[in-house]
Amino acid sequence: MSDLTRKTAAELSDLMTSGQASSVEITQAHLDRIAAVDDAVHAFLYVDTEGALEQARSVDERRAAGEELGPLAGVPLALKDVLTQQDVPTTAGSRILEGWRPPYDATTVARLKAAGVVILGKTNMDEFAMGSSTENSAYGPTHNPWDLDKIPGGSGGGSAAAVAAYEAPLAIGTDTGGSIRQPGAVTGTVGVKPTYGGTSRYGLIALASSLDTPGPCARTTLDAALLHEAIAGHDPMDSTSIDQAVPPVVAAARRASVEGTRIGVVKEMGGEGYQPGVEARFHEAVELLTKLGAEVTEVSCPHFQYGLPAYYLILPSEASSNLAKFDAMRFGLRVGDDGELSAEEVMARTREAGFGAEVKRRIMLGTYALSSGYYDAYYGQAQKVRTLIQRDFARAYEQVDVLVSPSTPTTAFRIGERVDDPIAMYMNDLCTIPSNLAGNAAGSFPAGLADEDGLPVGFHVMAPVMRDDLVYQVGAALEAALAEQWGGVLMTKAAELEVSR
Amino acid sequence: MSSITRDEVAHLARLARIELTDTELDHLAPQLDLIIGWVAQVSDVAAADIPPTSHSLPLTNVMRPDENVECLTPEQALAGAPAAEQQRFRVPRILTEEA
Repeated sequence: MSDLTRKTAAELSDLMTSGQASSVEITQAHLDRIAAVDDAVHAFLYVDTEGALEQARSVDERRAAGEELGPLAGVPLALKDVLTQQDVPTTAGSRILEGWRPPYDATTVARLKAAGVVILGKTNMDEFAMGSSTENSAYGPTHNPWDLDKIPGGSGGGSAAAVAAYEAPLAIGTDTGGSIRQPGAVTGTVGVKPTYGGTSRYGLIALASSLDTPGPCARTTLDAALLHEAIAGHDPMDSTSIDQAVPPVVAAARRASVEGTRIGVVKEMGGEGYQPGVEARFHEAVELLTKLGAEVTEVSCPHFQYGLPAYYLILPSEASSNLAKFDAMRFGLRVGDDGELSAEEVMARTREAGFGAEVKRRIMLGTYALSSGYYDAYYGQAQKVRTLIQRDFARAYEQVDVLVSPSTPTTAFRIGERVDDPIAMYMNDLCTIPSNLAGNAAGSFPAGLADEDGLPVGFHVMAPVMRDDLVYQVGAALEAALAEQWGGVLMTKAAELEVSR
Repeated sequence: MSSITRDEVAHLARLARIELTDTELDHLAPQLDLIIGWVAQVSDVAAADIPPTSHSLPLTNVMRPDENVECLTPEQALAGAPAAEQQRFRVPRILTEEA
């Protein structure tokens, strides 16, 4: 069964249920794939070979004993290194947490374990999820499996690349400003940001607490929905968790229909700054959805353009507070504790040594925006923009069921190209940020390859709060129609990675 | 027009407890100046009559029942500590001689 790594999670589940493959075989196949390609891709920061095989054995035993298991039992997954997994190294891509082994599981991780999902290891990311290219990882960049010289997106570039490189059928990401959707878009995979509060933040090393949302990465919409359902739902450990039933995302992914769905194309998300190949694939996808029975109109959301600058006030403000916990006292790195230096001096030396350039940049920006005399002018104003963006969404959803746009203005760029141009880097998240500020559900789905560079383009679907099902329904309809044209999902067009060893 | 000077950036670094090097300050100060100038455009639309939103959910305080639940053992809580002593986090001195 050499092709186990090419199967979707749903197919792997069927193989196990029908006794054609065991979880140990499937897990080993993915571990072998990681060994073969990850030197080149660098999607993983840590591979938990023993732990994964042990989980797989346990699922196989339970299945053999006739236990009723969930749909993802025995299916391997890659976990973004920003979520705590008990006794497994968790760094959030930072030196300051190097070697830290958390004493507890994040709720997402606890739910994955309860579902029998096999966790292969921890994936690379921009340090503390600050970035759009995974170049800000303290442990070196991840490479895009479509072109190893290109970025895989970020912050969850490791999770998206692991899925695109067939190192795992599923991965967990976290989306604060696009960190699931933008990597999904540039790696030709599916990435969904659930409604804020729809998935638990407990055990997620916080970046911006009012925005952070864990969610699924996969090669197909159905797989993403299955993973979404496994991790979503109310969690008493997260005070901002929504106490409502999980939207029926799996049923929606199976329904895969846009018959009568009212789709609004966001007028402001296109034109200047958008790559022609991105716009071409986007508009073709919209036409395709129209043919499938969707009612498409253009909708104006005039304040979305202010989302990006507002986000770069809100996020650094929250991050500078959240990252104050890295004070060299209770966990992580400590530098200069020589018996002479004070706690404050040790703290300052440790943070200097342990944080990378982008983290420092954002902590400083947040410190500035929150300092007395500036609070009203910056953070206060950004919060008003947040209101305006919510109002834009509310008005739009009076006319349409979902909004659509390209997921990113451009395809993947060359590693190193934007490293020292923060504002150009921030532009990656132009289309994804409004959904974070408003808290609604959104996802990116493969729309084809750009003509200029042959790299993947993402189609972005935004739906109201707790209507995550609509995101999947539209994404799945597009996926099915495109797969018919292409003879498979977009990933089947990717060139084979060179296998080492 | 410069919105933030190198000295102000150095002051911010002290507030943020990051001992930046001179080279970093040289590099960061103009970048922050540029970013602050760019984010300031939020003021173009944020009129006085618009209420601020701190959070996307209409939240009220969430309480749990006042019951003992399982928590970390002292060993687990101290497992990641840079230094521990007598079942406590050992920290560098926090007071000066004169204090």
